Amino acid sequence: MTEAGSLEELCRELGISEAKIATARNGDFVPAKARAAVALAEGDAIEVLSPRQGG
Amino acid sequence: MNFFPRSDDKAPDMLTLYGEAVSSRLLLGTSLYPSPDIMRRSVEASGAGILTVSLRRESSRDAGAGSRFWQLIKSFGARVLPNTAGCHTAREAITTAHMAREVFETDWVKLEVIANDDTLQPDVFGLVEAAEALCRDGFKVFPYCTEDLSVAERLLGAGCQVLMPWAAPIGTGRGLINPYALRSLRAFFPETPLIVDAGIGAPSHAAEAMELGFDGILLNTAVAKARDPVAMASAFAMAIEAGRLAYLAGIMPPRDMASPSTPVAGLAFLDAARAS
Repeated sequence: MTEAGSLEELCRELGISEAKIATARNGDFVPAKARAAVALAEGDAIEVLSPRQGG
Repeated sequence: MNFFPRSDDKAPDMLTLYGEAVSSRLLLGTSLYPSPDIMRRSVEASGAGILTVSLRRESSRDAGAGSRFWQLIKSFGARVLPNTAGCHTAREAITTAHMAREVFETDWVKLEVIANDDTLQPDVFGLVEAAEALCRDGFKVFPYCTEDLSVAERLLGAGCQVLMPWAAPIGTGRGLINPYALRSLRAFFPETPLIVDAGIGAPSHAAEAMELGFDGILLNTAVAKARDPVAMASAFAMAIEAGRLAYLAGIMPPRDMASPSTPVAGLAFLDAARAS
């Protein structure tokens, strides 16, 4: 559960707003500059991804 | 990386992908290495100019892991090719590609849409659908595909300028399980850069693909899971270079009948019984 009102606030709450991350809400990409404008609603599925090893 | 001198003074034999020229025909994955240091030394030994990477969930328990990995990769000085590994639908792959473009600051994407977790076979229908959408959005798509000619045609029609057919399922190391189909693909699309991606286990497999005229090899497990990944990276670099040189040099066609290499003319007659 979170008190965050926007995706930007959620990232700050998690301490990852400055990290090398990309975000998606309900399966749709949310660009970094749009995070502040994306209000969170009950039941939203948020994904926060960052660079990892890959083949 | 060029280990061997060419027999002429032609321009360097570069691989050009979406207008970008790279000197190595080996593309290397960054997964499964025993340690970051062994990965770094393997990358150096391979001479690879393109490294594949992925996106995974950022954990608040290990905040900064992604940033640290990214710093490590950037220190190699290679171009990165983010993948959409693990995506099973076009929608997942499209969203992942957009996320990768922002994080990795590149419009290159190794597009994977997986049909089945046991075979990791590409879902070619989802692949074409995702390729069409991503090419429209300005991505430079490197599709991980089968060797099927009609799928290749559809991917090229979608806007892909490179194709990456499998040799065998990912991680199996079985080599070219359908060389006939790969030869057909090469023959049908002579101008398209074709990179064999997945299923290569031994340097000889890579050399075989290059001898068929493929333009490059994408590898991961075969290097990372070798007893000595750094040495194996060198072995693959040499095999790929050798296969490429052999292709350019022109390989003799096989014959059914023996044919002596030493001149027959001037052979001494030393056994009267055989001469008669």
